[in-house]
Amino acid sequence: MSISIEDVEHVAKLAKLVLTDEEKEKFRRQLSDVLDHAKRISEMDTGETEPTSHAVPIVNVFREDERRATLSNEEAVSNAPWAVDGEFKVPRII
Amino acid sequence: MDYLTTIGLEIHVELLTNSKMFCGCPADFGGDPNTKTCPVCLGHPGSLPVMNRKAVESTIRLGLSLNCDISPRSIFHRKNYFYPDMPKNYQISQYDIPLCVGGCLDVEMEGYARKVGITRVHLEEDTGKSLHVGESGRIHGADFSLENFNRAGVPLAEIVTEPDIKSPEEARAFAQLLRSTIRYIGISDGKMEEGSLRVDANISISAGEELGTKVEIKNMNSFKALQRALAYEEERQRKVLNEGGTIVQETRHWDDAAGITHPLRSKEEAFDYRYFPEPDLLPVEPEPAWIDELRESLPELPVARAGRLKSEYGLPVEMVSAIIAEKALADFYEEALKSGGDPREIAKWIAGDLAALLNEQSVDISGSPVTPAYIGELVGLITKKTISGKMAKDLLKETFSSGKSPAKIVKEKGLLQIADEDELMSMVEKVIAENPEAVEDFKNGKEQSLKFMMGQVMKMSRGKANPQITSDLIKQKLS
Amino acid sequence: MAITEMEVKEIAEKINNKELSSLEVAEAFLKRIDTVDAGINAYITVAHSQARKAAGEIDDRIASGESVGEYAGVPVGVKDVLCTEGLRTTCGSRILSGFSPVYDATVVKKIREAGLVILGKANMDEFAMGSSTENSYFGPTRNPWDPERVPGGSSGGSAALVAAGEAPWALGSDTGGSIRQPAAMCGIVGMKPTYGLVSRYGLVAFASSLDQVGPMTRNVHDCAVLLDMIAGHDPLDSTSIPGARPCYADSLNPNVRGLKVGVVRELTSTGIEPGVLREFNKAVELLAASGLECEEVSLSSFEYGLSAYYLIAPAEASSNLARFDGVRYGFRAEGEMEDIWEMYDRTRSEGFGDEVKRRIMLGTYALSAGYYDEYYAKALKVRTLIVEDFNRAWGKFDVLVSPTSPTTAFKIGEKVDDPLTMYLSDICTIPVNLAGIPAISIPCGLSGGLPVGFQIMAPPLQEEKLLSVACGLESLLGFDEKPPALI
Repeated sequence: MSISIEDVEHVAKLAKLVLTDEEKEKFRRQLSDVLDHAKRISEMDTGETEPTSHAVPIVNVFREDERRATLSNEEAVSNAPWAVDGEFKVPRII
Repeated sequence: MDYLTTIGLEIHVELLTNSKMFCGCPADFGGDPNTKTCPVCLGHPGSLPVMNRKAVESTIRLGLSLNCDISPRSIFHRKNYFYPDMPKNYQISQYDIPLCVGGCLDVEMEGYARKVGITRVHLEEDTGKSLHVGESGRIHGADFSLENFNRAGVPLAEIVTEPDIKSPEEARAFAQLLRSTIRYIGISDGKMEEGSLRVDANISISAGEELGTKVEIKNMNSFKALQRALAYEEERQRKVLNEGGTIVQETRHWDDAAGITHPLRSKEEAFDYRYFPEPDLLPVEPEPAWIDELRESLPELPVARAGRLKSEYGLPVEMVSAIIAEKALADFYEEALKSGGDPREIAKWIAGDLAALLNEQSVDISGSPVTPAYIGELVGLITKKTISGKMAKDLLKETFSSGKSPAKIVKEKGLLQIADEDELMSMVEKVIAENPEAVEDFKNGKEQSLKFMMGQVMKMSRGKANPQITSDLIKQKLS
Repeated sequence: MAITEMEVKEIAEKINNKELSSLEVAEAFLKRIDTVDAGINAYITVAHSQARKAAGEIDDRIASGESVGEYAGVPVGVKDVLCTEGLRTTCGSRILSGFSPVYDATVVKKIREAGLVILGKANMDEFAMGSSTENSYFGPTRNPWDPERVPGGSSGGSAALVAAGEAPWALGSDTGGSIRQPAAMCGIVGMKPTYGLVSRYGLVAFASSLDQVGPMTRNVHDCAVLLDMIAGHDPLDSTSIPGARPCYADSLNPNVRGLKVGVVRELTSTGIEPGVLREFNKAVELLAASGLECEEVSLSSFEYGLSAYYLIAPAEASSNLARFDGVRYGFRAEGEMEDIWEMYDRTRSEGFGDEVKRRIMLGTYALSAGYYDEYYAKALKVRTLIVEDFNRAWGKFDVLVSPTSPTTAFKIGEKVDDPLTMYLSDICTIPVNLAGIPAISIPCGLSGGLPVGFQIMAPPLQEEKLLSVACGLESLLGFDEKPPALI
């Protein structure tokens, strides 16, 4: 029971997902199970340990400021569900 | 009641690079929609970002110019939120460890200086552009939007100031100085109208020590708009408080045509950006040698140059500000000084008549047909009384349009000023003889009549009479 | 011998000396696919015409006397998480069900340059999220050893197609065990290289700091060959490791006497099925008997590996999958939309399956304000401790070993409603991804007629050593069982 229906609704909203009431309850239960298990890490003494966000010990990876070939406009919109005159069309933004 | 105004600015600067921040697409302005894109800046599945070295260098140079410390280790984060102009629905930005931290910029005001702290300078990617299409053409009431990703991924440096600014005038002066600094170091063209320099402001007013509720103002597309918007908002907040109201923490939009700010309505969205370290990019750890190299690449900056011009040549603040605003203009000025002419006089001509001509013809100082040497020559001619100030104005115009040196034009047209007292005296005598009424008026103490007689002499000499000598001669003759 | 049963080496030799044409080989495999895949569902897309065209081109080049690569003309299956230009790439998801990439992933480019012929795109758990290949919009893949059972996942399609002779080898991707666990369950070899050895450019991201592409093959030699083809620095991937690397196939040395082998206690004690443990222990004894020093080692942080992983991977995934929004590509929900927000909600809700939604929500939660420190930041620190535990072990051991999967292949449907139990399938493979080290799974025996996988782990960039140990063990074991149902 580590998370509530409200928590599920909140994350679904952030993640742009809509759920039925049934789904909300199912996900609440399943996510609670996983989070309860995940919470075991709080038992672990991590003290002054630095976090590892990257698995390779490399820094300063750059590309030179050079241009490369672009896609043609046709290629750029080739997979678009809805394109008009080379632009991506979307429902209104409020 | 007296209120204290507190302003902090957030400034986005589009960096001048060949290619975008994380891919090789062109980073320049314009072009047909979606013709400057690739899988990376369109956020196609599987594509990955690689940092543009120049963008990082430009940001470090900007940080150094603003007296910041360069972080020994800096990382990129993802800022997560959905918006259709953002291809990945997250923006690669910097969060708790930006490239540059803790700087300051001294802004010279009339009679005092304001030190504005720089909280941070970080690097991020720009978004694409949404075109809202519908009857009204505005975001509200539009039927649909069109997305163009040409701008998506262009490198942006964001500068955040401390809330050290105390007035709309200071905000404007700061923004202008910052723009000058950016242009001096060549990292951006800093065009507010094209959006390569975007200034957002946070403003609050307070009666006591404790800061008031801050309001964010957006959409100010010129320095003038920045100052006007802040002045408007200052007054609006004052009224609200004086009427016993409370300030709502919100984002307001500046409507330049109407001269007001209004609340930016947006669909109620939960803002939780869920920042976390961008796993596709590795940390930036600038080595001291690299930072030194970048530091050495910096030109003399506007603040330093202003100080030097003031102390070396004794120029007044306003004139210094005008001269140093553009590096090319300041370079032009110092080049013109080599003629040995009077620094103030040279400054006056450059910041005054020449600037006006350039502006009128929309010519950049670098393309000025009037060279620094010509300005020196012009001032020399005035100082030596070869020509009058009035003649100089016309001469400058002619130099501007013909590209010929002032001395050459003077010679060709015989424009030499008449300073010969005998020659002038004969003209003065003639004017006195022909204008008994004016003489009478003068004797009765009417100042106007002296000017009238001067004008007659000028007319007679086709503008070449030395005004000072002429005036002296008239007075002498009639005393 | 049927072409589809030949070793890669043999196929390559026969193509090179013109005993077989590349097209004949491709046709043989396409026929095999057409015959058996209806019952296995290992492929989402079979590229009949593209494969024939590519094979024909190889044949033309050979005929014109052009020198082609040593393995040119050999067919391959590619997990549908790798972008293939002009060939539908779905990631097992409805949201990409009609997506045709405008570019090739770097690894795809490399195998095409080596002359491999792509037969099709292999089934997988949607966006590589899963351990059973049941989470595919295109239906589950069945295990060739027992069609009632799962092939493991998420690269279950790649594993099954190799086991079923529908391609001689395949590419998979591994974020928490997604190559090794299905390889174990299907009785083949599967390897996850050092993070950064193989380019991720064009690999549709699940968890960027953990994902790695790797070979899935019938034997260790083929694994080394395929790794040689795909490894190497890629300037398009910032996390790609620069510098030279050895030829893995040439440096295979099965004589590994004297090497020190650490048996990880935390991965061989609780939760491991007895039959799996039995076969694993037999293999360890075999290693010890042939002159390797085997000793137990405790790496206590591993207890927390699964917990850390199921915070870090979903967190990254929640962000990586935000781009699937119906604007620039992919599925968009049908019908009238009030505004963009409704379009997002409906597109994503209809386009993603349950497991993907679960992980997106889990990751969103772990990153959200108020929980970041408790969950995500803490998990990153646990990750550091796991790296440190490995580093301590490398002071004493050349390689570490464990079973690959705690169980053999389980029944389809057995764990679908219990995500946590499903996640426990990855318990042995996850620490490797968190530390970014290389690991391989090779088949070491059968339990109840189902294959058992043996996992070997090595320090970063020590693929040579890893493959040599695997090669040595492979010859000691002499495992040559085939899926009974398909013979």
